[in-house]
Amino acid sequence: MHASLDATFAALADPTRRSILTRLASGEASVAELARPFAMSQPAISKHLKVLERAGLIRRGRDAQRRPRRLEPKRLAEATEWLERYRRLWEGNYQRLDALLEELKTKERKWDS
Amino acid sequence: MGQLKVTMPSDREIAMTRVFDAPRKLVFDAHTKPELVRRWLLGPPGWSMPVCEMDLRVGGKYRWVWRGDSDGSTMGIGGVYREIVAPERIVSTERFDEAWYPGEGLNTLVLVEEGGRTTLTQTMRYQSTEARDAVLKSGMEKGVAASYDRLAELLASPSEATR
Repeated sequence: MHASLDATFAALADPTRRSILTRLASGEASVAELARPFAMSQPAISKHLKVLERAGLIRRGRDAQRRPRRLEPKRLAEATEWLERYRRLWEGNYQRLDALLEELKTKERKWDS
Repeated sequence: MGQLKVTMPSDREIAMTRVFDAPRKLVFDAHTKPELVRRWLLGPPGWSMPVCEMDLRVGGKYRWVWRGDSDGSTMGIGGVYREIVAPERIVSTERFDEAWYPGEGLNTLVLVEEGGRTTLTQTMRYQSTEARDAVLKSGMEKGVAASYDRLAELLASPSEATR
């Protein structure tokens, strides 16, 4: 589980792979279709797809001829959730810090005047 | 003020960046004076910070303990200050009481002021990817997943900016 979470985050760290996921979010696509918008060869795209597949973020569709790739939303949601919860926890802290800083600024102004 | 960005600059790090509408001296104070720290560094709602001890000098120790008011459970963390450059930089070690991740973490807080505002960058480096992911998961609770756009933004790793 730990290892696969890391593979997921590593896979998501690359902008090309994120674009591929965004494309797949609107429906399955073949390697050729995925390669089209990028200035990249099909083998280069295949490499990225392999990383995404290993990370559990995509899988191969049923059509044996086209071998379309499709999004595996569960893993993506999982990874997003970890980050988002962590972010929210700290955002709560920092909103309290915002309020405290306002108070400190007001105090300083009083001292200055 | 501003949106908190959480990124992963490397496989052992978590970095947080956020802008505060205050000079960095005040942001630094809020991170180094116990009576101020315990007013905001509280975690989830319903938690308080009964222990907040900070011996702010290189080699000095800090110790923080939080308490969940509903069931009385506690969570403690402590470490040593490795580097202090007021009001712009603090490097400290971190170790949780319950060893739910292996080894020690290293926290680097950097404050940059511009036009009366302060950009805070907090980078936490762990000894392994497993340790980092364990920390990341500690912030987890039940709820909804974010959108793909949000994900892209969260993961757009500003590795240069945090070094």
